[in-house]
Amino acid sequence: MNKEQVELLQKLRALEFTAIDLNLFLDTHPECQEALHDYNRIVKELADVRCAYEAKFGPTLNFGLSESKMGWRWIDGPWPWQAGY
Amino acid sequence: MWIYEKKLEYPVRVCRPNPRLAKDVITQYGGPDGELSASLRYLTQRYTMPTNQAIATLTDIGTEELAHMEIVAALVYQLVKDAPLHQIIEAGLDGYFSDHDRAVFWVNSEGVPWTAAYVQSKGDPIADLHEDMAAEEKARATYENLINLSDDPDVTDVLRFLRAREVVHFQRFGETLMRVQDYLQCKKVY
Repeated sequence: MNKEQVELLQKLRALEFTAIDLNLFLDTHPECQEALHDYNRIVKELADVRCAYEAKFGPTLNFGLSESKMGWRWIDGPWPWQAGY
Repeated sequence: MWIYEKKLEYPVRVCRPNPRLAKDVITQYGGPDGELSASLRYLTQRYTMPTNQAIATLTDIGTEELAHMEIVAALVYQLVKDAPLHQIIEAGLDGYFSDHDRAVFWVNSEGVPWTAAYVQSKGDPIADLHEDMAAEEKARATYENLINLSDDPDVTDVLRFLRAREVVHFQRFGETLMRVQDYLQCKKVY
């Protein structure tokens, strides 16, 4: 995995973690407008970063949630638990 | 329905084999307070939760726990992957090796396989949510023990992340318990 891929992946991971944490917070604070606003903003940012990552490094999601434009790249390694990911 | 995302929630990069530490960490894969227990407990208790809010919380935390199970598996996998046999024997993992080689399996640190008896699905939302809060605290305590046992800073870093998530989950379950209690109180007023 080259430097660019590592950096984009880290950006994706950070944004998605923010989304996970806001999601859980909203589950018990559904009336909080500030958290809802943040969540919706992160969803957009996350979609942009995912798009940029996948255009270069292949799909991050299976079952129809990510396009695989340059051949079927879902089967490409490394997988997330492997060294070099 | 679940979708797999080809990434870990938190990165795992272990530089050197350490089967002794793998033997300790594996309890969070298949031990009583591990991530398999957590994910399956929440994902099966959700069917009988009385409110949509509680169902959402159990679904989402249960799903995050599946991701934590993958993180713990990645730790164990990387800690034993290139370990020489003599290190595995010295760590007392030879019995595990006999049955599983360097594969990842659901056992606690003493090799006891995972059992559904570790968890409960009571059908009583108050009892279930109290169990969930206790489960988060037990997992937090286990991660603290593992942090004390760890001699690898890369592993400790991941254990700290997982410990912090248990604290957040405990908080969300506590809030959910209060909401469910309010809901059940309202239902009793005629």
